[in-house]
Amino acid sequence: MTTVPSRPLQSSVAIEDVTSLKERSFGQRLLSSQPFWVTVALLIICVVMAWDQPEAFATADNFYNITRNFAFIGIMAVGMTAVILTGGIDLSVGSIMGLVGVVCGLVLHAEHYWAVAIAAGLLAGAAAGAVNGFLIAYVGLPAFVVTLGMLSVARSLAVVLSENRMIYEFGPWGETFNAIGGGSILGVANPAWALLVLALIFGFIFNFTAWGNYLYAIGSNETAARLTGVPVRRIKMQAYIVSGLTAALASVLTVGWQGSAINALGQGYELRVIASTVIGGADLMGGQGGAYGAVVGAALIEVIRNSLLMAGVDANWQGAFVGLFIVLAVLLQRIRGKRSA
Amino acid sequence: MALLELQGIAKHFGAIEALKGVDLSIDAGEVVGLMGDNGAGKSTLVRVIAGNFRPSEGQIRIAGKAKHFHNPVDARSEGIEVVYQDLALCDNLTAAANVFLGREIKRQVGPFRVLDYPAMYSRVAELFNELKSETRPRDLVKQMSGGQRQAVAIARTRLSNARIVLMDEPTAAISVRQVAEVLDLIRRLRDQGIAVMLISHRMPDVFSVCDRVVVMRRGTKVADKNVHETSPEEVTGLITGAIHTA
Repeated sequence: MTTVPSRPLQSSVAIEDVTSLKERSFGQRLLSSQPFWVTVALLIICVVMAWDQPEAFATADNFYNITRNFAFIGIMAVGMTAVILTGGIDLSVGSIMGLVGVVCGLVLHAEHYWAVAIAAGLLAGAAAGAVNGFLIAYVGLPAFVVTLGMLSVARSLAVVLSENRMIYEFGPWGETFNAIGGGSILGVANPAWALLVLALIFGFIFNFTAWGNYLYAIGSNETAARLTGVPVRRIKMQAYIVSGLTAALASVLTVGWQGSAINALGQGYELRVIASTVIGGADLMGGQGGAYGAVVGAALIEVIRNSLLMAGVDANWQGAFVGLFIVLAVLLQRIRGKRSA
Repeated sequence: MALLELQGIAKHFGAIEALKGVDLSIDAGEVVGLMGDNGAGKSTLVRVIAGNFRPSEGQIRIAGKAKHFHNPVDARSEGIEVVYQDLALCDNLTAAANVFLGREIKRQVGPFRVLDYPAMYSRVAELFNELKSETRPRDLVKQMSGGQRQAVAIARTRLSNARIVLMDEPTAAISVRQVAEVLDLIRRLRDQGIAVMLISHRMPDVFSVCDRVVVMRRGTKVADKNVHETSPEEVTGLITGAIHTA
């Protein structure tokens, strides 16, 4: 080992010591993570509401409702996170829900087996996602425009297929289908279990697989990802398929819970889903976000909605509060970004 | 036999001819400087060799065998590594994730192939030690200095046993002390028998580290000379077109 004679003083620290350092301790990482602060906000709201309205808010029934209600949005938000990580956006998830709901309803109405209905629904969602993904990744059209188009097309297909009628005569397998979306296990609604499992799976995928890593890479520098040999187009297309599939899953569960399929299902949900991911720390420019953030963002929106109802605030104020939290979340992100840069 | 041989490489983008019949060869352990003005075709040539562009005409031979690269992974599997001009780094990823991007170390956990972070961190830490760079594998690249970013990009080329390293303007945006470090690194690569192609605008760098200098102008090769047989003045003349060919 040769040493340079006039090394400056700082080099008395061996390089090995520096290279093995962690960037930040676990505590510091936690304090600078948005999902952590959103979780804190969520807990504070829950504690305040439980203290203020012990009979109405802090009941098993209410928690059952809250977890089920945000599960649908949360499931879609997890899929949306995959898309937003790549720097894209999927505006069509609400319409895909509508289309999938009608497809499930029609298959059940034709007296097919419940699993066939679910498979057909998931297939419809995946197909819509694949069309989005193909046009965005391979044809190179902007995600905003393509998914805006799909928002219109999928809704229109739902209306045409349903002949603009509500489908509620579900045939012999309807009860099983309804039990899947509307039932509960150990006092927790099935959709909430589905969300938990999905969030764990995607939390794992985002953090511990090459595929997840590529989503972050594409969102943070797409050219670099392509130059280093990441299959950018394939991964982007897959992200939209994932988003279509999660929208389909949310739809299957919603239709089962409501026991009927209407073509207006999921109208306006896309914005609630995107709001959840953004509140949970996802960056719409790509490269930042996670599964837990998406879930906790969806939970926060639902708890605010629920709390306002319990506190007797006019329901029309909900939008204002949710909007406030979206802007606050982005503001928080900006402040954190400045500090770490 | 030359390690890398280009024969009549041409590349058209529609009506634009970026490269017109370039011949070039590099031996193992040789450092070749590639010089030329903006738009002379240097970066296009690098991207052709690296598999980013397919040549419109011509042939690439590695150790005598004709090769066709469809993408950067193909070129990489032949031992060709590139340090890109803009470094091609993902700001939101850690240094280690950037070094391993596209060829992550994976571990079998049950039915799943999982990223092996400990193995990647320790391998990248080794590489930074070799490069004598005080860069931490777990740091996000967006928090790094220009020299550290350079180290990450260079560490990427050291990951595999590269036979040819292409460097596109590695010294353009870093401090004087770091330039010396990068030039040292190029010499270290050469001593290990690796062929290095250095694309640079900086005459002193080329003349201090290269064995040969190749000059491009408007998509053609106008000179290919041993550095001892030429001078910065002549090379400048060749780049600007004041001297036609040499």
